[in-house]
Amino acid sequence: MSRPIDLPDYRRPPAAVSARMERIRGRPVVLEARGLTKTFDAPAGAITALTGIDLTIHRREFVCVIGPSGCGKSTLIRLVAGLEEPSGGSIALEGREVHGPGPGRGMVFQSYTLFPWLTVRGNVEFGLRMTGHKPNRAAEEAAHWIELVGLSRFADAYPSQLSGGMKQRVAIARALANEPRILLMDEPFGALDAQTRCQMQGYLLEIWQNVEVTILFITHDLDEAVYLGDRIVVLDAQPGRVREVIEVPLTRPRVTDQFLDPYFLATRYHIEELIHSPTGRRPEALAVRASSALAQEVL
Amino acid sequence: MRPGEAARRSSSWLAIRKELPGRRPTVLKAMAFVLPLVVWSAVSYLPFLWHPMMKVTDPGGSGFLQVGDRLPKAEFAAENSRLTAGGGRPAAGVPANPIFLPAPHEVARALYTGFTNEPVRPGEPWLHQSLGHSVRIIFWGFTLAALIGVPLGLLCGTFGLFSRLVEPFTDFIRYMPAPAFGALAVAVLGIADAPKVAIIFIGTYFQMVLVVANTTRQFDASLIEAAQTLGARRSKLLTRVIVPGILPNLYNDLRILLGWAWTYLIVAELIGATSGISYFIQQQGKYRNYDKVFAGIIVIGVVGLVTDQVLAYLARHLFPWQGTGLSPRERRVHRWLAALRRRAPLLTPSPSAASGAVGTARNVAAD
Repeated sequence: MSRPIDLPDYRRPPAAVSARMERIRGRPVVLEARGLTKTFDAPAGAITALTGIDLTIHRREFVCVIGPSGCGKSTLIRLVAGLEEPSGGSIALEGREVHGPGPGRGMVFQSYTLFPWLTVRGNVEFGLRMTGHKPNRAAEEAAHWIELVGLSRFADAYPSQLSGGMKQRVAIARALANEPRILLMDEPFGALDAQTRCQMQGYLLEIWQNVEVTILFITHDLDEAVYLGDRIVVLDAQPGRVREVIEVPLTRPRVTDQFLDPYFLATRYHIEELIHSPTGRRPEALAVRASSALAQEVL
Repeated sequence: MRPGEAARRSSSWLAIRKELPGRRPTVLKAMAFVLPLVVWSAVSYLPFLWHPMMKVTDPGGSGFLQVGDRLPKAEFAAENSRLTAGGGRPAAGVPANPIFLPAPHEVARALYTGFTNEPVRPGEPWLHQSLGHSVRIIFWGFTLAALIGVPLGLLCGTFGLFSRLVEPFTDFIRYMPAPAFGALAVAVLGIADAPKVAIIFIGTYFQMVLVVANTTRQFDASLIEAAQTLGARRSKLLTRVIVPGILPNLYNDLRILLGWAWTYLIVAELIGATSGISYFIQQQGKYRNYDKVFAGIIVIGVVGLVTDQVLAYLARHLFPWQGTGLSPRERRVHRWLAALRRRAPLLTPSPSAASGAVGTARNVAAD
């Protein structure tokens, strides 16, 4: 595959971007994973989902994780969230090792996971009540976060009455209400249609910019990863391990025009190459004859 | 009418997995009850449809026929030919159904008199007394079963410890028919109401543990994970997530099991000192008062149906988030309940006023 147009080197970003990355590296570490390994028992023997993952995330950094399907992206975020126990290695939140789930690591799932029996308000209050806030205080806090995601009008609606994008905004507000040190997002916009997804990406950037929070974001969407992230961790499949960590050479605040930025295209192109030329076997070809008359018709 | 329209219309009666248009569902619901009644009436009032018996109106010269006797037409004819051959006066009669199939009006009369007229035999319970007794038996048996069975089922569905410890033995007992415990229950608990309550308990409790455990296990695990990442610990996960989450299904389980309780009632009431609605039915059967037998059976059916419908109606208000379409009237009730809840500080700890009542708008807006 040859490159159709000349693109800049993604490793040589504009000076403003380099300076920003330098500043981020100077900030305290929020999350540190060392030698993270996960194996699952299967009938045909143990399967290694992840092996030797090292990951350091600094305060208010936006890190995306991307990789081919089955590379263990979701396993990685579930390990960080404490929903799975690692088979080896350690996870530390602000220097302290963590085991099991906790309110310091908020999570937004692809499948919304709002509590259907609670209203929007009830859902956002849930975590506050669990972490020991008094009812009055929880209600005030919840109202603030509901307003932040623009759903004040729907505070008394049940999740079943909301659209997908609105549900995910509630999920974000619910996770943020606990003021987690890090927000873990597991393909949060994967179930949304393209337009809503684009809108939600904008919302998320705006929220992140105005809230003291660090984000670890799992996605399979290249554009999403480049558009949102400061750094992109590209995973390899079988076994899942870090292929490359890319610093995104784009300035902030991000705007949709940047989808056409040469640096954007260069980064995207490079990740595409990384993901689609895996070190392992090639995908199976379809059983169609390319030379058939039908195929000629569409050329 | 355009061509094809007629075909489309008629086929919509049989549209696969689609609700019928217009008033058809209501009409069909009514027909579900009217049609059997029509068939019953036809068989009862149209002599040429069935009426295999002759009901004697005048015994004539017969020595053994009496007024009101019913006998097969062939036997009636044989008796008459015997009488005429002997020079006697033939017996007269009208075609009739067997005694076990009373006509609708007879059953209706029995229903009415069951509640209004004093029983013929002294000391015998009224129909409503029998029914009241039965309802009490069911209530205590089922309540006791639910008080123990629901929490235990919840624990079994949540913790492997309880599941492994409790479920195998429960499963084992579940296969034993509850009536088989009748003799034992009487021996242990005497002949009054206690053994009857015990039969209802045995019949529903063991099923309940397993059904509730299963319902709990089917609860969406991702909601538990979400709650964990929000800081919920073990006891709160159970009380604030699993219990409210399975409540609608739990409610339905109990509704179905309550139906089972009525099935076991018939056996329960015939052990020890017989009592209740099934004793009423059995006694009336002995006296060949089949109109009263039918009345008793219908009363059980009506009580069951009404209970179930009331519970189903309540469910839609108890679990408004379930998003089943509420009728405008139901929405009003729901709004009223929501307003009440907002006003009662005990029920909602949150003091914040509603910033916009959207409670009933569904899929309000796509953003």
